[in-house]
Amino acid sequence: MPDTTPPRAAIYAYDAVDQRLVDQRVAEYRSQLARFLAGELSEDEFRPLRLRNGLYIQRQAPMLRVAIPYGVLSAVQLRMLARIAREYDRGYGHFTTRQNLQFNWPKLEDTADILALLASVQMHAIQTSGNCVRNITTDEYAGLAPDEEVDPRPIAEILRQWSTFHPEFTYLPRKFKIAINGAAEDRAATAFHDIGLRLWRDAAGALRVRVSVGGGMGRTPMLGAVVREDLEWQHLLTYTEAILRVYNLHGRRDNIYKARIKILVRALGAAEFARQVEEEWTALRDGPSTLIEEEFERVAAYFRLPDESPRVAAPARPIAEDERLAFARWRTRCVHAQRGGHFAVVLSLKATGVAPGDASDTQMDAVAGFAERYGRSEIRVSHEQNLVVPHVAEASLPALWRDARRAGLATPNLGLITDIIACPGGDFCSLANAKSLPIAAAIQQRFDDLDYQHDIGELNLNISGCINSCGHHHAGHIGILGVDKDGSEWYQVSIGGADGSALSNSRAAIGRIIGPSFAAGEVPDVVEALIATYLQAREPGERFVDAVERLGIAPFKRAVYEERQRDALEANADA
Amino acid sequence: MPEILSLRGEPAFFADVRAIVREPDAGPQAEGVLPLALWRARAAGGAVPAAVWLAPGDDLGALVPHLRVLQLVALELPKAADGRAYSLAALLRTRHGYRGELRAIGDVAIDQLHYLRRVGFDSAQLPPARTNAATLATVRAILRTFDDSYQASTDQPLPLFRRRQLGEAVR
Repeated sequence: MPDTTPPRAAIYAYDAVDQRLVDQRVAEYRSQLARFLAGELSEDEFRPLRLRNGLYIQRQAPMLRVAIPYGVLSAVQLRMLARIAREYDRGYGHFTTRQNLQFNWPKLEDTADILALLASVQMHAIQTSGNCVRNITTDEYAGLAPDEEVDPRPIAEILRQWSTFHPEFTYLPRKFKIAINGAAEDRAATAFHDIGLRLWRDAAGALRVRVSVGGGMGRTPMLGAVVREDLEWQHLLTYTEAILRVYNLHGRRDNIYKARIKILVRALGAAEFARQVEEEWTALRDGPSTLIEEEFERVAAYFRLPDESPRVAAPARPIAEDERLAFARWRTRCVHAQRGGHFAVVLSLKATGVAPGDASDTQMDAVAGFAERYGRSEIRVSHEQNLVVPHVAEASLPALWRDARRAGLATPNLGLITDIIACPGGDFCSLANAKSLPIAAAIQQRFDDLDYQHDIGELNLNISGCINSCGHHHAGHIGILGVDKDGSEWYQVSIGGADGSALSNSRAAIGRIIGPSFAAGEVPDVVEALIATYLQAREPGERFVDAVERLGIAPFKRAVYEERQRDALEANADA
Repeated sequence: MPEILSLRGEPAFFADVRAIVREPDAGPQAEGVLPLALWRARAAGGAVPAAVWLAPGDDLGALVPHLRVLQLVALELPKAADGRAYSLAALLRTRHGYRGELRAIGDVAIDQLHYLRRVGFDSAQLPPARTNAATLATVRAILRTFDDSYQASTDQPLPLFRRRQLGEAVR
């Protein structure tokens, strides 16, 4: 008889203090909002307060960014996000490149109530914006991946708590983003974060941390510099505190475009920066904030499954002949073997014509249901803006696939050209120079043929609507950046970026711009010309990113701009 | 209306006859809360003034040998978003053991007072528009909002995880 009781998700569960802190935060925000609406707080006074609860004022409506700590969610929590989308928004949400969820249409007056609902399921929007420590991100296969050396989730949770309402670091020079990786492959883009942590075990089995500082995207993209190779794990909080204190005291405050820690690291040089951190750390080291085994164990215990056996799904009818190809495609692309033999199933939020990373409330409820029926009530959010349901038995895959297809979540394009990372862009965001979503849609339509996509092979195409780079275009094998030229929307194209993952040959690199920018209508042609160049020149087994590495950007640049010139000449001839 | 807010015990406004001396070249006779450069010059002359204020980029080093004599150190927040004073305060309290009054001056927002208190401030000078009874009521509510914290700071040297271990924290 199949077991129909949804299992309790093996995620961190709040104790009384954790719960009180989020409840008190809601009360604090409610009071701040009331004072603002009553005119007792000005816009300028209210801004930092609302940002530290994830609330932006955007082009069309306020935007609320909900934290999904290190990308881990329970089905109960996902259902609440669906409910909020339904009752307070326009029926959908957007999953971001930092594993958060954005609601684009809440009403300002409702935001305290929304935070209260989130608190009721142990969620919050704390520090998802503002010049403070933001959501700590990790790999969507944390605790699951066969190549994992250390599960990053306990450390991520410990760091989350340490950073929450940290009184000394609430007004940093600029935002601060930390990413953690515990696997051979870096799926968390740690090289592109203010602090990137690599957890590893030494020969004696002791947990150590490689600390890199000063990576980031934006106007001055940089890869982080390693400041410590082998920090003993118990020193992580005091060491991070030393980094933050040096940054808080010495980071630039005169120019917001030069205020990230990467600028400080570059100005001092990595060696001098590391020396200053060590000097500060000497005074903090071995103090009461040194982590203890008991705390690590306490937190780690939440993430352990009570038993490893998969859920027994109801028997499904076998894959029929007319389903075979589609199921096989999906299985190849979207189903990953976990340690121990079960599967992590990726649900693509990149269907053609849907804004990348968007999910409707119906889809969110559906995914919660998949997690409960086929998994262990647990969902992950990837920084590529897809959802993952782990702990699925092989026998459940046909049924899950059919359900996912019905919900529009089974596009078998994971890692392919239409699995686009894109920010919300000019349609929503007041920072944007240009729209990103129509570009994503046009590219998805141009490459809609799945056979063609498979032939092209794995490729990261990332789109940002402005230099703030929320779409991670610098790390795209093909990167597209919206720019404002003479008051209209143009797009700069770069190639050869890499995010450090296996798909990028474990390299992290910043893409190189191929030349002058393009009008929106030209972009699909440009991408097609890049792909055509690759397909003509590629060696067996060589992916796009490898071909760029081998050939350099010149042949790609030539192909794109010669074609553009040809098109222009033809247009003139016709005129 | 007295404009210094005490953050200890039940918050209340009080008056301080010592004014913040702002002109960097205020005369050698200037009295009050002296800017660092003037304070250093006096201290070098042998009579260490009891009250000094620092801008966020100022170096604490000059104060350290004289912390036992100092009664009031004020740290400026030129803009509420300039968070350097929080680190300076934390260092004064924890690294250097300063026990005198620590006051926040400048662009102090009442919604920051909880954090200012945690890093060691005893008092804050509020802008004139905020020195009234209504603000006091709001401030008292603000300072009652949180009854615990995760991380150690000057008000609580043990992080929550250590207190959990000792069985103290979770009620």
